[in-house]
Amino acid sequence: MVRPMYKITKRTQLSQNEYDFLIEAPRIATKAQPGQFIILRINDSGERIPLTIAESSATKGTIRLVFQVIGKTTAELAQLNVGEFILDLTGPLGMPTEIKDYGTVLIVGGGVGIAAIFPIVKGLKNAGNRVITILGAKTAELVILAKECQEYSDELIITTDDGSLGMKGLVTEAMEQVIAREPINYSWAIGPSIMMKFCTETASNYDLPINVSLNPIMIDGTGMCGGCRVTIDGNIKFACVDGPEFKGTQVNWDEFISRMKQYTDEEDACLADYQKAQVIHNG
Amino acid sequence: MARRSRTKTPIAEQKPKVRNSNFNEVCLGYTIEEGQAEAIRCLQCKDAPCIKSCPVMIDIPGFILAIKEGNMQEAAEILSSYTNLPAICGRVCPQEKQCEQVCKLGMAKNFEPVAIGKLERLVADWALENQDFSKLSQSDQPKIGRVAVIGSGPSGLTVAGDLAKLNYEVIVYEALHDSGGVLTYGIPEFRLPKRIVKKEIESIKALGVTIETNVVVGKTITMDELRSEFDACYISVGAGAPNFMGISGTALNGVYSSSEYLTRINLMHSYEFPKYDTPIKRSQQVVVIGGGNVAMDAARCAKRLGAEHVSIVYRRSLEELPARIEEYHHSVEEGIEYHWLTNPIEYIDNGNGDLSGVKCIKMELGESDESGRRSPVPIKNSEFIIEADTVIEAIGQGSNKVLLSTFPELKLTKWGYIEADPKTGETSIPGVFAGGDIVTGAATVILAMGAGKVAAVQIDNYVQEKMKTPVTTKV
Repeated sequence: MVRPMYKITKRTQLSQNEYDFLIEAPRIATKAQPGQFIILRINDSGERIPLTIAESSATKGTIRLVFQVIGKTTAELAQLNVGEFILDLTGPLGMPTEIKDYGTVLIVGGGVGIAAIFPIVKGLKNAGNRVITILGAKTAELVILAKECQEYSDELIITTDDGSLGMKGLVTEAMEQVIAREPINYSWAIGPSIMMKFCTETASNYDLPINVSLNPIMIDGTGMCGGCRVTIDGNIKFACVDGPEFKGTQVNWDEFISRMKQYTDEEDACLADYQKAQVIHNG
Repeated sequence: MARRSRTKTPIAEQKPKVRNSNFNEVCLGYTIEEGQAEAIRCLQCKDAPCIKSCPVMIDIPGFILAIKEGNMQEAAEILSSYTNLPAICGRVCPQEKQCEQVCKLGMAKNFEPVAIGKLERLVADWALENQDFSKLSQSDQPKIGRVAVIGSGPSGLTVAGDLAKLNYEVIVYEALHDSGGVLTYGIPEFRLPKRIVKKEIESIKALGVTIETNVVVGKTITMDELRSEFDACYISVGAGAPNFMGISGTALNGVYSSSEYLTRINLMHSYEFPKYDTPIKRSQQVVVIGGGNVAMDAARCAKRLGAEHVSIVYRRSLEELPARIEEYHHSVEEGIEYHWLTNPIEYIDNGNGDLSGVKCIKMELGESDESGRRSPVPIKNSEFIIEADTVIEAIGQGSNKVLLSTFPELKLTKWGYIEADPKTGETSIPGVFAGGDIVTGAATVILAMGAGKVAAVQIDNYVQEKMKTPVTTKV
């Protein structure tokens, strides 16, 4: 079997638990569009996990992945260094964001979801939109890619839960202020599911159309198992092939949030085992 | 000569009580001596009907005679001239509906047919153990042409193997990280050990076939790119998109498609969690919906993961069960329970978004439908609840749209499968061939292989013709 090797060419730690990797994957880099993701598997005993493509360079043949350590696989990924390889990387997967000139757009990113909105911000700016971007995080340290987003935004608003950077408060409060101030034609929100749910409520209060990017549990990522199924406007859709982007108002949020918890016990046990093994290994 | 035994030579199997808690192969296979004892039973018919009912027309009396004479090498050579995947077909073909169904010995009163499948498996396993593929030398003649095969399931592997034998450069593109298609992610270890699949694929690669994994055609590479780079393409992406009944409660935690359940177990090794990272629910009460081989596989996997009660809910009766009868018997021996003439109507929520039971309704068989099967009709006021923490829907698959949606020029049937001539594998686009489940809908491994054999010949013809056509140069 020909196994292309996916080499890590750059590794940056963005915060205590967030990492920024550049990986060699020429085929994916050539095809990737905003809104798409990859599935990776670190090694032979590994699981397949989805991560959004934060940026891609067809000329350099690299893709950029930004992730947060939340369980065993991401913890293991964070341990990899420049020059090391990822065993499997598949993509680009999912439907791309519809990039066109909408007029004025409002784009909201929360936490590590900021990495997922960055290519959309960039794409929409390059398509001629007036782009207003809101980045939200718990504290200043967790506001990632602010400089990059700034470069492609006409206006950048930062909110933190503790007020350590920008406005103190939630992204929805910043949304309200922008919507009250000027007409917006379309909006996006990507971040924790609860944030996307409330952004959807805020937008729909003002009849502002909003797209969200769902991050359900996935296995293959190519439409063959239905593990990532979500209910959209009463119909079963597979987020990996029909999405991951959907209209926020059509998502059955309670169901989506409940399905995210399917393997919490197993995930916790797996991470605990891994951490224990790391401690033994490192003395 | 001793009288022919009326019954098949017995074959060793793991005991039901032992095997229902492990994933090791149930059937242990014949020894060469047992195989010879079985081979003696073959009547060596001149007009062997078994050959005609084999989708790839294996010379069955021929390879059985070689076993009888103790010439395993010759038996292996006969097999490999017809099939590229004998160790797999010997295990998973429904022989009772194909070669063994028409065996003349089996037609005789009180006689069982020759165990053709088990003999094929014996020879194939012998070959995998005793042949050194690395010594196979590939032809140093210039290649006739380049062919892209999309999907590395049984159909794609067959086309690839046959075209490599004809001296083509073949590249197989596979979306997943492992090749084999349903052989790898679908059929469980206890029916088809993955080391057998891997070895059989190695033997195809030894012919000079390249397999590239992690390539989703339509996304990673487009059909346009493939068509410009290759002389011909063969699409064999299978029917891998799960159907859901869509009844109330489908989104509850604990509701799986059989595709997800089996992919987690077979491809991702979740039964070895946490040694492997992919989790699976260790359920207590499992209900599987459906009556095909996939339903049997899912139910038997659930049992092996430690479930106390595993029941299969099927809307018709045993007589109509589409699964292999051997697998049905195995499942009963392993303690799988059956609810015949029963259909689920609702999945019940325990209040926290988790499944607590399956509400079913009893059915009765009414008039025959167009397929000749009596269609099940619900009986009023016959609802009942089966307690369950897990339900697995195994009600069939449809065509996956990932490739097809990016290739709108390709003509599809009204069911969304590729329209291809069954005699040639030709599609509406010249140079693009298709076969297997993406043409027929979910069928069997051997039919997919048969389609591959047919297409390989036609692809060769097509490319040879194309080479002959004078190149018109623009002046």
